[in-house]
Amino acid sequence: MQARENWAFAMSNSAKADSVLALHRFGMGPRPGSIAALGTDPRGALIAELDRPLTLTAAASLPPSAKAYRTVADANARRAARAKQAQQQARKQQVAAAPVMSEDQTQGQGQNKDAVEMAAKQAAEAVPDPGRPIYLQEAKLRTEAALAADIGFAERLVWFWSNHFCISANKIQSMSGAYEREAVRANTLGRFVDLLLAVEGHPAMLFYLDNLESMGANSTAGLNRSRGLNENIAREIMELHTLGVRTGYTQDDVIGFANVLTGWTLLPPGDNPEHGGEFVFNPRLHEPGGQTVLGKRYEQEDVEQGRAVLRDLAAHPATAIHIATKLARHFVADEPPPALVEQMAKAFRDTEGDLKQVAIAMVSSDDAWRGPPSKLKRPSEWGVGMVRATGITSVDPERFTGGQALLGEALWRPSAPKGYPDDEASWIDGVGRRLDIANNFAERITGIADPHAIIEDVFASEIAPEVKQAVGRAESRQQALALLFMSADFQRR
Amino acid sequence: MGFDNHLPTRRELLVGSGALFAWSQMPRIARAEGRDPRLLVVILRGALDGLGAVAPVGDPDWISLRGDRALMLDGKPPALPLDSFFALNPAMPNLHRLYKSGKAAIVHAAATPYRERSHFDGQDVLESGFTRPGATGSGWLNRALLAMESGGRVDPRGSRALGIGSVTPLVVRGAAPVMTWVPQRILPASEDTQNRLLDLYQHTDPKLATVLQARMKLASLGGARGSGDPMPDDPTLMPPGNARVRAFFAEAAGTAARYLAKPDGPRVGAMGFVGWDTHIAEGAASGQLYNLLGALDGAFAAIESNMSEVWHETVVAVVTEFGRTARINGTQGTDHGTGTVAFLIGGGLTGGRVIADWPGLKPAQLFEDRDLKPTTDLRAVLKGLLRDHLRVDEKSLAETVFPGSADVKPMGGLVG
Repeated sequence: MQARENWAFAMSNSAKADSVLALHRFGMGPRPGSIAALGTDPRGALIAELDRPLTLTAAASLPPSAKAYRTVADANARRAARAKQAQQQARKQQVAAAPVMSEDQTQGQGQNKDAVEMAAKQAAEAVPDPGRPIYLQEAKLRTEAALAADIGFAERLVWFWSNHFCISANKIQSMSGAYEREAVRANTLGRFVDLLLAVEGHPAMLFYLDNLESMGANSTAGLNRSRGLNENIAREIMELHTLGVRTGYTQDDVIGFANVLTGWTLLPPGDNPEHGGEFVFNPRLHEPGGQTVLGKRYEQEDVEQGRAVLRDLAAHPATAIHIATKLARHFVADEPPPALVEQMAKAFRDTEGDLKQVAIAMVSSDDAWRGPPSKLKRPSEWGVGMVRATGITSVDPERFTGGQALLGEALWRPSAPKGYPDDEASWIDGVGRRLDIANNFAERITGIADPHAIIEDVFASEIAPEVKQAVGRAESRQQALALLFMSADFQRR
Repeated sequence: MGFDNHLPTRRELLVGSGALFAWSQMPRIARAEGRDPRLLVVILRGALDGLGAVAPVGDPDWISLRGDRALMLDGKPPALPLDSFFALNPAMPNLHRLYKSGKAAIVHAAATPYRERSHFDGQDVLESGFTRPGATGSGWLNRALLAMESGGRVDPRGSRALGIGSVTPLVVRGAAPVMTWVPQRILPASEDTQNRLLDLYQHTDPKLATVLQARMKLASLGGARGSGDPMPDDPTLMPPGNARVRAFFAEAAGTAARYLAKPDGPRVGAMGFVGWDTHIAEGAASGQLYNLLGALDGAFAAIESNMSEVWHETVVAVVTEFGRTARINGTQGTDHGTGTVAFLIGGGLTGGRVIADWPGLKPAQLFEDRDLKPTTDLRAVLKGLLRDHLRVDEKSLAETVFPGSADVKPMGGLVG
């Protein structure tokens, strides 16, 4: 520690300022030792971090998505069975106790009904829901990965893509964390097309965007039943995941693509204890024959038809622009420099969507560094940044996700498939509420965190003089920490 | 260790998405007339199926269009008759009662000028008041407030924060100061800490200073939480069941009303409810949509009761970004559509009618052979309310509040 401090002190001021900016803008925020880890070449250090494996080794103990889904489905089935049993028992007891109807029988029946329902409810609640503990364990691992990273650039990319391809734990809690690991994290530094194929073929996404029961009008299942197509996933893939809104696709393209994706579903958990909850292509649901999407005819049979459309969407020029713009907006500025967007889009096109190369193109561009720190951190980034600054590396996921939810960014629970917004206007009114959280956190860590040490060691004193002064004049350590966490230096990047 | 000491309660989490955004700014002209009008805008995000909410039971093509999913006067449960042609979803007895007493009106086959089917662009058009998405960063309600002030400026001292929300909806963003309310559960930072932080922001980040200042003014308004709506804390973050949704809608709307009813409280507010994107198993007669509409109906009751003495000066406009497909889709739900309903309630309303230039339900009468064709521009309705209830002048309505809407005449006779 001593050597590192001396070394950091020896660094030029501008190199230190660059390091702090790199940590805020592209990483998870400064933590003890992180400025030293960046060395004299912050850009090189950011790029070097992308060469390290992104796997969460601790996740080996967590269930894959299909297993998590089966576990919850099993519990739900047990719960329903218990409720039914309790209901029947309660009814029997009532019949035995009151063989003759009383005069005010309507009221009596109402009470009986309530009692039966209450018995059923209690019996059901006796079976614990395994979905919530799984969610919390997943939340703990992903949060601690962000706390442990030297810089956190790669973790920020995972978060970005997880939000870009969001699902909601309100709809599919059991799979929410495993989805991020299996589909997003595994492809964050790979090719966009592989990421796209992984997320759109993941049961969690197919569940979230209502594709499980979508069937073609002329499919085997469609001919036998009065059910059919659901357009939701086809529209959101084009609008949100690939091309971007208003890029020229039509209602007919949505319908054609929805037909293509019929049959993309999961194995029902009830009849398959080994593989229930896994992706399956069900030909009985699939609309037979060729389809036209964006003027191109797709004649492939079965699952290959959907994969072919996804490959073309991934390679579409509009997708390169959409992705480059969104990445630059997330990392650099609400209105990112057009030159930067074009450099990133070019990297996307030149490398056939190699996402590591796109990330490298971003941090290699002077345009990504030049602007003032105008971005307001999202609540999740700010929260992790605050904890990182203290050097704490393990979290109580209940508390952490609770704090995020209070600030309007509940983990894996955006209110719509667009994910959480990335602009200042969406979040700035919540800054006051951050103060209560910062104040609260400060209270709990006054025993272990020294605000002056954070300024000197973690920030290498690269912080506005007004903040140092406010911290110095604070009436208590708690207040000093709260002011530090709430300072623009901490909120902006 | 995390960064929060307390588990958020159900109330905090759920109300977060339905935060009230409001101003205390009083419409000056209306005040000069001896009136003190209140306007609350409720946005149903996700696109409400207007045909599932208010069914055209008198249309000869209705049953063939929706089949056994069609609401009917002799259905189970039976739809509530509104007039000889329309019937209300049975989940909404309060709205039915208000309608019968002339304190609610329904606009059918209405839509914004938006004709595509993206939720997010649709909400952008609905909330911005512009004819195309992505045109501006401010909302029509905010600009209406500016227009109410002579000279187009709002005195920031006249507005008070109600609290802090999470994501500010576009409809209230803009030059007029925005204040938000969500229930506060964790202990707030001391006044001294707030003052010191404000001082720091004033020297380093004026934007953050403005936001913090707005929030600090909240304290001066004082708690508006009344004795009603007791809700036990519940630390679980599980997806809300129907009872919770009902409790949440009622509490969020009821609290909004309580603030708006205060003599020194805000006069204009907005809130949003999510969950209307019913692609699968819509359940208009029993199920998802039925439950949501029931929760909304409970919210109406909470507003009426908490407005109490000022109910006669109240108008609530309930709008959504677009409607849904006229036909049921392949998964017993409906996909994104166009024309839909708007609900107007309040003691200040001239209601008791369904306002519709009915387009018909035959395939050729549907918009693009799939959606209820819009025949009423939602902007006409909103402009009518803003003109006649809040006294926003017509020129501002046509030029700044809903730019380029000179051809869309404000709908008269909605209030009075």
